[in-house]
Amino acid sequence: MKEILQVNHLSKAFGNHQVLKDIDFTVSKGDVTSIIGASGSGKSTLLRCINLLEIPTSGEIHFQGENILSRKGGAAAYRSKVGMVFQSFNLFNNMTVLENCIVGQTKVLKRPRKEAEEKAMKYLTKVGMAPYINARPRQLSGGQKQRVAIARALAMDPEVLLFDEPTSALDPEMVGEVLSVMRDLAADGLTMLVVTHEMAFARDVSNHVVFMRDGVIWEEGAPEQIFTDPQRDETREFLSRFMER
Amino acid sequence: MDKLFALGYDISRLWENYWPNYLTGIRNTLIVAVVATLVGCIIGLVCGILNTIPYTKNDSLGKRFILKLIRVVVRVYVEVFRGTPMILQAVFIYFGLPYFTSGSVAFKGNTGIWIASLIVVSINTGAYMAESVRGGIISIDPGQTEGAKAIGMTHVQTMYNVILPQAFRNIIPQIGNNFIINIKDTSVMFVIGFIEFFAVHRNIVGVNLMYFPSAVIEMIGYLCLTLTASFLLRLLEKKMDGSNSYELAQVDALTMTAGNYNHPGRGTPFDERNPEAVKSMLREELRRQAERDEAKRQGERAETRRQNAAGDHDQRGE
Repeated sequence: MKEILQVNHLSKAFGNHQVLKDIDFTVSKGDVTSIIGASGSGKSTLLRCINLLEIPTSGEIHFQGENILSRKGGAAAYRSKVGMVFQSFNLFNNMTVLENCIVGQTKVLKRPRKEAEEKAMKYLTKVGMAPYINARPRQLSGGQKQRVAIARALAMDPEVLLFDEPTSALDPEMVGEVLSVMRDLAADGLTMLVVTHEMAFARDVSNHVVFMRDGVIWEEGAPEQIFTDPQRDETREFLSRFMER
Repeated sequence: MDKLFALGYDISRLWENYWPNYLTGIRNTLIVAVVATLVGCIIGLVCGILNTIPYTKNDSLGKRFILKLIRVVVRVYVEVFRGTPMILQAVFIYFGLPYFTSGSVAFKGNTGIWIASLIVVSINTGAYMAESVRGGIISIDPGQTEGAKAIGMTHVQTMYNVILPQAFRNIIPQIGNNFIINIKDTSVMFVIGFIEFFAVHRNIVGVNLMYFPSAVIEMIGYLCLTLTASFLLRLLEKKMDGSNSYELAQVDALTMTAGNYNHPGRGTPFDERNPEAVKSMLREELRRQAERDEAKRQGERAETRRQNAAGDHDQRGE
């Protein structure tokens, strides 16, 4: 399989606080990778580093064979190929649902308005938000907002889609609608990197699970192996805490 | 009571004799207030945007130096013009320019007074607006910037498409505030001989000494101006917020649910307060039912005719 994203010796420090230490991992085309771990273990920071929302202190990030950290001034062009879905949705409050899904296509990818509109409608239909194109973000529920955010990211035709705890800010009854959209996307073969606390999703949908602890990758492997036969005590302890709930 | 009648009489006499003067004053006040507020907003917007260009430790030394210099210059401008009285600024600029150029460059005649007034009020408004705009920009949730960056927008695109429209909405009350302040504070421009609403009052009472009746006219005049301004600004705010409701788009007739089936102008058929729509829905449904029944009956009739015909044929064949 073709490697899309390769992270080598990535480190990130906020002042004296070392958040990520020497992270190495690879994402191939079509992979669904789940990153699990306790709060503060560096999962979200890792994802934000991959999208250059945080600048890593050292290390390399190769995207389709090119080191994006040594490239000058190209963060915007790179980000347009790597979609991101946030915990807090971050929909543009000054636009309608449809505009949210169009603005990136017309301004960044310079697509004609009509084509952008069709693409936006296609993905809004996919996430079940097509009837709400005229609504504004403040008029939607959390689950609806997150589905629009996913459609907005998809409309850019990203090579990889990053999810930063997409269901953590949602009421329990809304988690399901977002997860089912994500399951659909995984089934379509989209390359996804998901930071999540939804263990069932990590186990059933992803084909690779990364367990992080104290800023390092503590253990990684196929979901069956991580969930049924973890090699390290800390992984077992973390998972058992989740299974009790 | 007598006093009130006397006051009414004095006011009407003043108005009768001097109404063109008062109206000219109001006109001049309005022109300066509107133009200076607009120019001031533009100055403030530019300063506010320049002030919020982000830089990181990784940027080149030159870029960081220029950005820091810009911030210092804007800071000095804001502090100086916000921190001194406008009446003094007017004197300072109006008399300072000829003083420094030995009279070769000066605000000459009536046009000069107009220009000086516009400059002073604009620069003053700009100093206040710079801070308002900066506040408006930094009050926008950082998530908005991250969302825009994540889909590949550059800093300029992010500002133009996402941040500034929201920041602008938030600073409209501040713009209104400044406009109303400007309507009132242009009155200090009398020091350089600008004939606005208050200067008219000074001129008139200088002739006839009717201080109080003229002041009443001034009070009413200023209140009318500022109340109209507040009303118009509220209207603008409402318009910018957009409608509080939204129409659900009908995408596929087969996915019709209570939420997305609507009749524009009639409410939804599921709306209890809208018996009209429910009735017409029922009528429509009954009509369709009748149509279907009719079609079915016709089909049956045709079928029997064909059967009869076939029967006849068979009989004849035998």
